[in-house]
Amino acid sequence: MPSKGLLLRILEHDTGGKIFLSLLAVVAVLVSVLNLAVPEGSPLHVSTYTVTLLGKYLCYALLAVALDLVWGYCGILSLGHAAFFALGGYCMGMYLMRQVGDRGVYGNPDLPDFMVFLNWTELPWYWFGFDQFWFTMLMVMLVPGVLALVFGWLAFRSRVTGVYLSIITQALTFALMLAFFRNEMGFGGNNGLTDFKELLGFNLQNDVTRVGLFLISALTLAVAYFVARYVVNSKLGRVVVAVRDAEDRARFIGYKVESFKLWIFVFSAMLAGLAGALYVPQVGIINPSEFSPLNSIELVVWVAVGGCGTLYGAVLGALLVNFAKTYFTGALPEVWLFALGTLFVVVTLFLPHGLVGLLKRRRKKATLNEAPT
Amino acid sequence: MNPLKLFGTGRREQSRDTVGAQRHTVISGEVDVSHGPILYLENVTVSFDGFKALNELTLYIDDGELRCIIGPNGAGKTTMMDVITGKTRPDSGTAFFGQTMDLTRMSEYEIASVGIGRKFQKPTVFPRHTVFENLELAMRADKRVWPSLWGRLDGQQRDRITEVLETVMLTGQQALRAAELSHGQKQWLEIGMLLMQDPRVLLVDEPIAGMTHQETERTAELLTGLAGSRSVVVVEHDMAFVRSIARKVTVLHEGHVLAEGNMDEVQNHPAVIEVYLGG
Repeated sequence: MPSKGLLLRILEHDTGGKIFLSLLAVVAVLVSVLNLAVPEGSPLHVSTYTVTLLGKYLCYALLAVALDLVWGYCGILSLGHAAFFALGGYCMGMYLMRQVGDRGVYGNPDLPDFMVFLNWTELPWYWFGFDQFWFTMLMVMLVPGVLALVFGWLAFRSRVTGVYLSIITQALTFALMLAFFRNEMGFGGNNGLTDFKELLGFNLQNDVTRVGLFLISALTLAVAYFVARYVVNSKLGRVVVAVRDAEDRARFIGYKVESFKLWIFVFSAMLAGLAGALYVPQVGIINPSEFSPLNSIELVVWVAVGGCGTLYGAVLGALLVNFAKTYFTGALPEVWLFALGTLFVVVTLFLPHGLVGLLKRRRKKATLNEAPT
Repeated sequence: MNPLKLFGTGRREQSRDTVGAQRHTVISGEVDVSHGPILYLENVTVSFDGFKALNELTLYIDDGELRCIIGPNGAGKTTMMDVITGKTRPDSGTAFFGQTMDLTRMSEYEIASVGIGRKFQKPTVFPRHTVFENLELAMRADKRVWPSLWGRLDGQQRDRITEVLETVMLTGQQALRAAELSHGQKQWLEIGMLLMQDPRVLLVDEPIAGMTHQETERTAELLTGLAGSRSVVVVEHDMAFVRSIARKVTVLHEGHVLAEGNMDEVQNHPAVIEVYLGG
């Protein structure tokens, strides 16, 4: 258990982080109370639908923090980060499928419905262990982590950088999407994994479970934020930024640049996997479209809109863009993709440091105006 | 390896003496200079698309000497530094650090960590880090990933940074981002980073570009002061500066050594006159 002093020390000089974490705490408590304690029909009641929607946003925010670590701090523009998110999600999905047990349509106690439908007679080896929660949680971090390790080791060792690296990460997620679409892969093909019943014995349709998942998402986001802040404040964080700004210089003063890139890439992939695992029980489905290249690009837009290289900017961007997405896809569905594209162009051209950069500039101007001459 | 082991000049002199007394054991990570030279380049050839940037270059740098390397553009000065620091692999020939370390088989970070530091022609510092952080990053320490995650600066390390800040006259600027420094100050910061690495060999590419007269003088003082305890190799175009610091000068031309000696010998060398004045 970290002491209070340590937590405060990590947040030193991080005003944005303090504001974000305080708001997160207030919203988490308020939303939970307004859902559980205020009766339905009251104007103050927050619907379970909203709670789950917010929980989903928090998972996106965690994913955005993960991307910000590699993109904002290390300069690696990964256009395949949603792949790690989806892999974490699939791990959780497999656990939830095993939890269904014999309550599926075919009533087979060992095989998920889609396997029965495919006339499979036994569980593939890679499904073993996923009936255990601890094993699942381990895999949620390990599977994305190992993929990132292998992929990153090959890419960074060959000194693939810049746009080439972005392209191969995009290819990675695309290849995974195609693979997961195949029924023979044993992950439910096209339909993915769905019809989940319960998590650790808690019914997923229950309001209390929903609020619980939302609170756990909030808590995980907060803890991940602290850990990420610790990392970027450490000397390792400064080396990573040094690699971003002057890779050769970092090499010539004795840093094995590849190892630092690999470390932050794997760490980020694990966070993304965790976000995916929290996401799946809340939305109730995971399918290959989560690997779609567009998802990874949208993720980059969130971070760019919020402002990369600050961590809290990524959270802000993820929340704002997704609120907008929910609103637009409901009110004006055909406009959304155009709006997203325009947003990215506008941010790139006029707000190179995102909304956070804009706020900082405003504040600087204000203090300059107030300063006595 | 103890990061403080090579700190300070006195201790290093001592260790050199014991090596000089013919105790000839190979210690991994320790440079063996028992035969005098610390850098051995022999018959090094590097070609880029048929153009020979280095052509059978043979060059020895003695332990503790200050060597100036001059030569017209394209003579191979920067390529030579690239070979020594592992950035470029030679097509043929050998490059050794001391008797035992084959530089052509080591990667950049390994070469840096055994004690060869480099200052680039264009000042290269970390622009978004503060001056203090730039020095901290360069400091001789365990530079692997996990120690970097947990490590914190101790008092001794802080003192060392403060000391170097004074040496390079950036004490007042330590909290500024490096990008905000003037060109000359960036040069100084990079020299400071080189000092923080505490290398055995300093490769310094055009150190005084963009410096004022006073700054130039101070650089000359600093470099000559370092020689003796370390080897310093300076590539420079400014002849007045070279004359002010040089003991031994090597003239490179078309990828090999044209002449070597003290400044006067070199300037009166017929081949050098021909190259520089076109006959």
